[in-house]
Amino acid sequence: MTDRATEVPVEGMIGASEEILVVGGGIAGITAALEAAEAGARVYLVEKNAHLGGRVAQLARYFPKLCPPNCGLEINFQRLRDNPDIRFFTMSEVEQVEGGRGRYRVKIRRQPRYVNDRCTSCGECVPVCPVERPDPFDYGMSTTKAISLSHEMAFPMKHAIDGATCLFEECGKCVAACPYDAIDLRAQPETIELEVGAIIVATGWQPYDARAITNLAFEHHPDVITNVMFERMLADNGPTQGRLLRPSDGSPVDSVAFVQCAGSRDRLHLAYCSGICCLASLKEAQLLLERNPQAQAHIFYIDLRTPGTYEAYAAKVLAQPNIRAVKGKVADILPDADGDRLVVVADDMVGGAMSRTSVDLVVLATGMVPSRDGEGVAGALGRDADGFLAEGGDGSGIFAAGCARAPVDVATAALDGTAAAMRALNTVRRALAST
Amino acid sequence: MSTARKTGVYMCRGCSIGDCIDVDALATMAGAGEGVVVTRTSPAFCLEDAGLIATDVAEQGLDAVVVGACSPRVNRQVLSFPPATVRRVNLREQVAWSHAPGEEATQELAADLLRMGLAAARHGMPPQPYTQDHERSVLVVGAGPAGLSAAYAAAEAGYAVTLVEKAPQAGGFLRRIHRGYPSRPDPLDALVDLDVAGMVGRVAAHPGVTLRTSTTVLEVAGQPGRFTVSLERVDGREEIVAGAVVFATGFEPVAAESFAAYGLGKFPNVITSVDMETLAREAEIRRPGDGRPVRRVAILACDGPGDGANLPYTGSVASMVALKQAMYVLERHPDAQVFIVYADMQTPGLDELYYRFVQERRGVFFLRGQVAAVDEGPDGDLTITARDSVLARDVSIEVDLAVLDVGMVATSAPQVSDPASLHLKYLQGEALPVHRAGYVDSNFLCFPFETSRTGVYAAGCVHRLQDVAASRRDGAAAALKAVQVVEKAAQGAAVHPRVGDLGFPQFFMQKCTACGRCTQECPFGALELDDLSHPVINTNRCRRCGICMGACPVQVISFPDYSVEMLSEMQKVVDLPEDDGQPRILVLACENDAYPALDMVGINRLRYPAQFRIVPVRCLGSVNSVVVADAVQRGFDGVALLGCRSGDDYQCHFIQGSGLLGVRMENVRETLGRMALDEDRVQVLETSIADAHRLPDVLAKLADDIAALGPNPMKGF
Repeated sequence: MTDRATEVPVEGMIGASEEILVVGGGIAGITAALEAAEAGARVYLVEKNAHLGGRVAQLARYFPKLCPPNCGLEINFQRLRDNPDIRFFTMSEVEQVEGGRGRYRVKIRRQPRYVNDRCTSCGECVPVCPVERPDPFDYGMSTTKAISLSHEMAFPMKHAIDGATCLFEECGKCVAACPYDAIDLRAQPETIELEVGAIIVATGWQPYDARAITNLAFEHHPDVITNVMFERMLADNGPTQGRLLRPSDGSPVDSVAFVQCAGSRDRLHLAYCSGICCLASLKEAQLLLERNPQAQAHIFYIDLRTPGTYEAYAAKVLAQPNIRAVKGKVADILPDADGDRLVVVADDMVGGAMSRTSVDLVVLATGMVPSRDGEGVAGALGRDADGFLAEGGDGSGIFAAGCARAPVDVATAALDGTAAAMRALNTVRRALAST
Repeated sequence: MSTARKTGVYMCRGCSIGDCIDVDALATMAGAGEGVVVTRTSPAFCLEDAGLIATDVAEQGLDAVVVGACSPRVNRQVLSFPPATVRRVNLREQVAWSHAPGEEATQELAADLLRMGLAAARHGMPPQPYTQDHERSVLVVGAGPAGLSAAYAAAEAGYAVTLVEKAPQAGGFLRRIHRGYPSRPDPLDALVDLDVAGMVGRVAAHPGVTLRTSTTVLEVAGQPGRFTVSLERVDGREEIVAGAVVFATGFEPVAAESFAAYGLGKFPNVITSVDMETLAREAEIRRPGDGRPVRRVAILACDGPGDGANLPYTGSVASMVALKQAMYVLERHPDAQVFIVYADMQTPGLDELYYRFVQERRGVFFLRGQVAAVDEGPDGDLTITARDSVLARDVSIEVDLAVLDVGMVATSAPQVSDPASLHLKYLQGEALPVHRAGYVDSNFLCFPFETSRTGVYAAGCVHRLQDVAASRRDGAAAALKAVQVVEKAAQGAAVHPRVGDLGFPQFFMQKCTACGRCTQECPFGALELDDLSHPVINTNRCRRCGICMGACPVQVISFPDYSVEMLSEMQKVVDLPEDDGQPRILVLACENDAYPALDMVGINRLRYPAQFRIVPVRCLGSVNSVVVADAVQRGFDGVALLGCRSGDDYQCHFIQGSGLLGVRMENVRETLGRMALDEDRVQVLETSIADAHRLPDVLAKLADDIAALGPNPMKGF
């Protein structure tokens, strides 16, 4: 695989059925691809975005170590770069799957990047681009140009053009600015056909839409944000470079209310628990205090889901005097009558009455909804009522891994990917042995 | 090692490099270098002109190629010209993108980096891989769900599996469980027949699996690719060979003594959740005291503030077991009442749906609170007094039977009376190093199998707290790692994190003083000692970090393409003018975190002073003190070592590299002090990959601090 694998030549791609297809280039998918390839498989990895890494690349830190996601991603990208047995396709989705275990015919639809393999990421195109659009990497909290590198550690390190906002030949300034003839505004989508013996579906998740939880005021006040947005605010490479500022007026954030189970464990929204949001909020509270030791964090929860060794982590975080955990569901989020702050109205199951807490910022710990991408292959696995994929099995040779399967943490997603890699490898070998 | 290798030097002008520095001057300078037979420049060596390099390598028989262009982290496949070795000089991210164009200091920086690259290229020998040990077999220790799954998967992969179980029958703890709780997609309204016999039967019948029950491991010696294993069977000893080991010895329940306050061991009708599994085998749940079928049962989560011995081991499994056991009662006694007393119901993820299902069952009552007391009445009935946190008052419940939800302790944990062990015949000790709470787990979330004993992979409850379904996945995953390490050993290649590295440490034994420090400091136990107390490398255990190289006080250890000599020569070719008012600071940057962070400073087009001479190192632990001491003694005004966090929450992917370096640098600083050189000239700076935005200020401050010490008096000596 070359770094320029965004343009894998079509002729090389009809593989024999010893290949494994991994759908989704987040932590579970990357892990599955790497582990399988390093054990002797040949792998195709398909990712719908312009860059690999998935949603973990958008987190500020992982719990419980407060370590940066890019650390693991860097090692994984190096392994990927150096492994000729993995060929990956960005801007690509699975359109159709036919066949059976040992011999699947897969159609991949690759959207145009409008930037070819000659791109060196010199970045000359960006300053001349006239189009500003909300940056999806920052969940809309900042803007970027129509042509961009999604973030400083984007892999592959090649720019990409957003087809929805680019002015194409009406503009063409990037083409003129590019010293390497790397921009092709006429690029077209293409269909790539692959033959693979087994498939791993690792299409991940997206945050639950906070607008649906009407009593939590997400749409009414800019200082009510979601946990994934707060991660961007905390991130060193985020819209505020890690400074905590109220979206409404840019003033410093000195108090934060974390609303757990925002839309989770709720018949009106998501019936299940997303498993990691309590830990994520504890981590975010810790990071808040790291950045601003005078800040106050209030965590409103129903059950604090911190199983096993995470208990010790939770105890450590909650021992900090500025972090307060309140058992009680949040009923309302209202503007503070006195000023420009927000008031969180919640049950207080220990105190008995309703509590009212005034804060600068409210973070809704919204849950994870399994992504509906890769529907062509997901259909073969089967989704449950909540959209999660079945684990899969040796019968179909299709396996689900990571948050596409169940709401899990990073370590579990990596384990899932590794287990799926073994099962996929065995499916392929069994099929080859029986032909 | 410093024989003149035929070298080609290729200077790229692309990506603003040509606008920032005088590339031609650098090419001319390089042309005069030792062994350099060709130099070229190009507007972009990553495009068509890569072909020029390939042609030169083929036609001129180049041994080494030096490319002054973008970071070595990009364009690796494009700028790869076997059989020549390639040394990259980072003129883009770490010069053109992060320093002022056209300035003398920037040109000097680039010139020094190029000289350092040329020096390194003289030492970049192609490695000769060690490929002698690659037995396609796996030893799986423990035949519970994880071990069974691992054995089956490895056998399916074509490996010969020896599955060892200390009990007379396989199945592990599953044999004591009556039914499992539903895991999606199982329907919620039925408990699951785990079919242990079927699970065991399928695995035992696999032609690739040899199941040895009533068997324990006496010793494991050797290395991945060829472990030699002594087994103790009922009928005597057996010696086998295995390419890799899966350690799946499971858990044991938290010790009974931890529950004395609940009356366990005192009141016959206080039992554990393990005991409950046995009672559930019958058509009726009959309590131990008098055999009476139960009507009112309390299930106590034992997860309060006084349950420190239990709580860390309960996780989500114990909560789900509590729910399941409530259903055991109601299945058999539809009119019974079950009271579940808990502090937090740990049913994350999709397990939540089972919690909701049980909450809606008639006869189950959830009491959120802390148990204050358990008292026994005359008939053996029990009174549970609990502080209900919702009602904010004490509540008393009278029950026939109380079930304590006991946690699962890994059999590797220190508190276990006879910890499971592979009895590794490793100089560094026979036990597998354990992580938090006694699990054989990784410190890295992204790499759950990255532990300090290469080729040994933990699975199931000894790895982390997990249920049956997760243990089975874990077993399959561990089998993958087992297969992988052997396949890599067959190529002579390292596994994670330096995957594919074919080089390994070599020892110039004539100078070895048998101090043994390398064997002590190797985090992976890769080095043993021979009869003369000289180190012996077990190549397939080695992760190629170079910590041994950094440890050796007489510098006898080197890799074909990475050595103390190489690093020393790199530092020696840096120009150290006597006093141009600008300090020169050597930066040894860990390639896992610090070096990428430095690249990202450039990618963000942020700037830092031009006084830093950056050398990537595999791990700070591979930096030998002599490299630092020599640099200061030669006249570098400062030496900064940038690497990963050490300590409990270490980030160092070689476990203790940055920690060891910290200790070594204290010694170096002391040495400097004794030479009347300022100790603060040597700084160790913990750097994370997320630090790109902080680094410019950190480096600027460092430059100021070093400048404030005045020029190094050793310059010009």
